[in-house]
Amino acid sequence: MNASSLIQAVSSRFPAAVKASHSYRGDATVIISGEFLLDVARTLKEDPAFQMNFLMDLTAVDFSTFGTKPSPAFFASSGIAVSPAPEIPDQDPWPGPPAARFVVVYHFFSLALKHRLRLEVPVGEVGEAEPEVDSLTSLWAGADWFEREVWDMFGIRFRGHPNLKRILMYEEFVGHPLRKDYPVNKRQPLIGPLN
Amino acid sequence: MSGLDVFGEAGFLTSRLDEALGWARKYSIFQYPFVTACCGMEYMATACSHYDVDRFGAGLPRFSPRQADVLFVVGTISHKMGPVLKRIYDQMAEPKWVVSFGVCTCTGGFYDNYATMMGIDTIMPVDVYIPGCPPRPEYVLDGLLKLQAKIQAQHASGARPAPEPRPEFK
Repeated sequence: MNASSLIQAVSSRFPAAVKASHSYRGDATVIISGEFLLDVARTLKEDPAFQMNFLMDLTAVDFSTFGTKPSPAFFASSGIAVSPAPEIPDQDPWPGPPAARFVVVYHFFSLALKHRLRLEVPVGEVGEAEPEVDSLTSLWAGADWFEREVWDMFGIRFRGHPNLKRILMYEEFVGHPLRKDYPVNKRQPLIGPLN
Repeated sequence: MSGLDVFGEAGFLTSRLDEALGWARKYSIFQYPFVTACCGMEYMATACSHYDVDRFGAGLPRFSPRQADVLFVVGTISHKMGPVLKRIYDQMAEPKWVVSFGVCTCTGGFYDNYATMMGIDTIMPVDVYIPGCPPRPEYVLDGLLKLQAKIQAQHASGARPAPEPRPEFK
């Protein structure tokens, strides 16, 4: 399936789950609400129409400071990255930042059908300490380390993860360094003076 | 006969011994390469036959810190790696020297973030800094020659001056 028919198929199968969708340069993105994540992911994996057997990537974005800084001059003047042309008629190619603080991003690929789909799940309010989303480890074993990395870097918990602990930083590390409110100059050395 | 003359001969002997020990040490450097990042490629280029670090008597890296004289810290050191590196350093027998290879080990280099140690001299004394990203093999050989000069000049007991305290930031 191509990008627009993928979006069409997911939207008709889960009308309640899909909040928005967009596509740019053939990369289809479907934004769904968190409570439907496991259902949608299982269908994407097991339905013969999708056969998304490969979880290529799982990451997150912190939108809490989105729009508070001016864009780099190149992108602001080029018009390329800021306002891409719509590929699906009457559909905004990018609907803008989510209402939630974080977006967990899943990239699925079908080795059999050679199509890919990006799933975005907005989670967490601005004041929420540790937002939670369902774990995909029951469907793709490869989600294990991805989710540990997202927990380590962004502090998003994954419900049902068998071993949710830090993967890159050390256990003594306090906080989550890729959150926008983590001070850029903060250092937590294990030994030696503060530097 | 004055007091100085009595010890004159012994003093001469000691200084010659220092010199001989220094000469022997500087031409038999057993290095421990602590390679963590891309500088390792340049380290390998230096060690291989084209630049041939063996000409300076440093051709036999030991992969146990207990058999090594010089710790080559090659590549970015993160805070997570810090205790490991410190332990390697503590395991080396005196006399020992440390070479900081590449800007990341000298100052943190272009990294200024939550994960990277801003120079290994925050946790251990460093004898020779070889900056560069990565340093060319010629730099490395130059640094090695400077280390040899330092070893030659060092007292035979291996005593080194205490490292200067590093200023604290923030």
